[in-house]
Amino acid sequence: MSGLEDLYRRVIMDHYKSPRNRGTLEDGSVTVSLNNPTCGDRIHLQLLIEDGIVKDARWGGEGCSISMSSASMMSEAVKGKTTQEALELAERFSSLMKGEPVTFDEYEDLEALSGVNKFPARIKCATLAWNALRKGVEHGRGEHVGIEE
Amino acid sequence: MDALAIKEQFPILHQNINGHPLVYLDNAASTQKPRAVLDALMRYYEWDNANVHRGVHTLGSRATDAFEGAREKVARFLNAASAREIIFTRGTSSALNMVAAGYARAFLREGDEIVLTPAEHHSNLIPWQQAAKATGAVLKYMPLQPNGTLSLADVEQTVTERTKIVAVAHVSNVLGTVHPVAEIAKIAHRKGAILVVDGAQSTPHMKVDVRALDADFYAFSGHKMCGPTGIGVLYGKAKLLEKMEPVEFGGEMIDFVELYDATWKELPWKFEAGTPNIAGAVGLGAAIDFLEQIGLDAIEAHEKRLTRYALDRLSDVGGLAIYGPREGRSGLVTFNLGDVHAHDIATVLDTEGIAIRAGHHCCQPLMRWLKVTATARASFYLYNTEEDIDRLAEALVKAKEFFG
Repeated sequence: MSGLEDLYRRVIMDHYKSPRNRGTLEDGSVTVSLNNPTCGDRIHLQLLIEDGIVKDARWGGEGCSISMSSASMMSEAVKGKTTQEALELAERFSSLMKGEPVTFDEYEDLEALSGVNKFPARIKCATLAWNALRKGVEHGRGEHVGIEE
Repeated sequence: MDALAIKEQFPILHQNINGHPLVYLDNAASTQKPRAVLDALMRYYEWDNANVHRGVHTLGSRATDAFEGAREKVARFLNAASAREIIFTRGTSSALNMVAAGYARAFLREGDEIVLTPAEHHSNLIPWQQAAKATGAVLKYMPLQPNGTLSLADVEQTVTERTKIVAVAHVSNVLGTVHPVAEIAKIAHRKGAILVVDGAQSTPHMKVDVRALDADFYAFSGHKMCGPTGIGVLYGKAKLLEKMEPVEFGGEMIDFVELYDATWKELPWKFEAGTPNIAGAVGLGAAIDFLEQIGLDAIEAHEKRLTRYALDRLSDVGGLAIYGPREGRSGLVTFNLGDVHAHDIATVLDTEGIAIRAGHHCCQPLMRWLKVTATARASFYLYNTEEDIDRLAEALVKAKEFFG
C-alpha cells in the first residue's frame, strides 16, 4: 500500500466521517479532558464505570482524522470491558503504535491504525484517546497510573 | 536578490524527503543555516573556544573578542545606542520572561494594567499572566480588526493612565500582520507605559531600528534568522535595564562577593549569569553578517513578492480559508482547507517533501478568536522560490482530492 493509503485506510475514514459514541453521559461518570501534545486535537472523554466494568463511553472533541477515528474506535472497543481489560487494550494499542504486529480480535477496526507507526509525527494523534482512557480508568479505580508516550 | 543562488548556500535544503526534493516552508518555526554560519560555528570551536571574560590566556581573549564582537554586531544590527543594551538570552521566550520577571514583577502594583492583543504567542502572554497574578496587576486586551490588524484608535482607547506595560508582537506568527510599533510606542509613552516588543517574526525578515521605533524592550531569536538554536537577544533601554534587578544570579554577573551579599556587574553582564552560549552568539553574529550582506530590505521585498504569488496560487486551489490581512502582510500564510484538519493537510504535504506547520502555533487564544481548532501555516524566507509555492499549491490540490 502506498504511504497515504496505508495511513488513511477506509475504516479510519469511516470512523472519522461517522464517529461512534460522540456525546455525553449523565452524572456519575468519570470525565477526562486532554490536549494532544502535537497541538491541534483535543478530546473530552466520559466513562461510566460500575463494578469495575466500563459500562459506557462517550466522547467529544475536535481534531484530525487520526485522533478522532482512534477515539471512535476506542470508545467501541472498551465497552463492556473490565477496567483491567481496558488498560491492557491500551497497552496493546501502544504496541501497535510501536510497529508491533498486534491483532485485536475483540475489535478488528483498531488494526487499521497500524499504519500510523510509519508516520511517527501522528502517533500522538492516535494515542490521545487512549491516554484519556488510561486517565479515566485510573480515576475510576482511584489510583495513579503513569502514562507512557 | 537571487533566491536560488542563496539556496545553494544552505546544505540542508539539498535533500529528498519521502522521495521528493525538500520544500521547507516552516521558517516561522525555525530557519536553516547557510555554510557561512556553519563554518563560523566550527571555526569557533576549532580555533577560538575558551571561557570568556576572565581568561588571562590568548584563547580566552580570542573567545571574548568573538563573543563581545557578536554583541557589537547585534547592537549595530538593531541600531541600539550601545552594546550595553544588548543582553544575550536563550531566545525570545527567555528574553520576554526576563522582562516579566525583572521589570513587571518588580515594579507593577495592584490595579496596574498590562495591555496585550489576543493574537500574542504564548511566550508573550503567559509571562504577563504570571506577572499579573504575582502583583495584582490586570491584563487588558486591545481588540483586533476582523482581518487581524490593530487600529490605533483601539490602542488609544485600551491603553490608559493605569497601563504600565504594552506588550505586542511586531509581526504575528499566525496572521502575518505587521503592527505599527512606532505609533503604539508613542501612545504607550504618552500614557506613561513602556512598550515590550516580541520581535521573533520581524527581526529576521525586515530592518529593525529599535531607536526609530522607540521600543523599550525588543526580543528576538537567533534560530529564526539563520543563526543557531539556543541564542536570542533582549534589547532594553539602558535606563530601564539599570533599574532592573537580575533574574539569574551567579558567576559572570557579579562584581564583589562576600559570604552573605554580592554586588552586580554593570550592563549588560549584570543579566548574563554563568558561561554564556558563546558559540551561539558567534553563530548569530555570522548570521547577521550573512543577512546584511544580502540586505534586509531585499529579503523583505523578496518575501512580499513570494507572499503575493502564494496568495494568488492558493486562491486558484479553491476552498482555502486564509487568515490575516490580504495586503501589507509578512511572509507567511495561515490557512485551512475546507473540513480537512491541518494535521492531515500537513501529512499529505510531508509525503510530497513539503514541510509546513499545523496546530495552534503557540496561539491558543488566537485560534479561539479565529473560531478554529487548528490551522496550517506556510512561512517563507530568503531561500524560498516561486517553485516552492507551486509545489505547495499542487500538493494542496492533492490533499483536497485525497480527502474528497
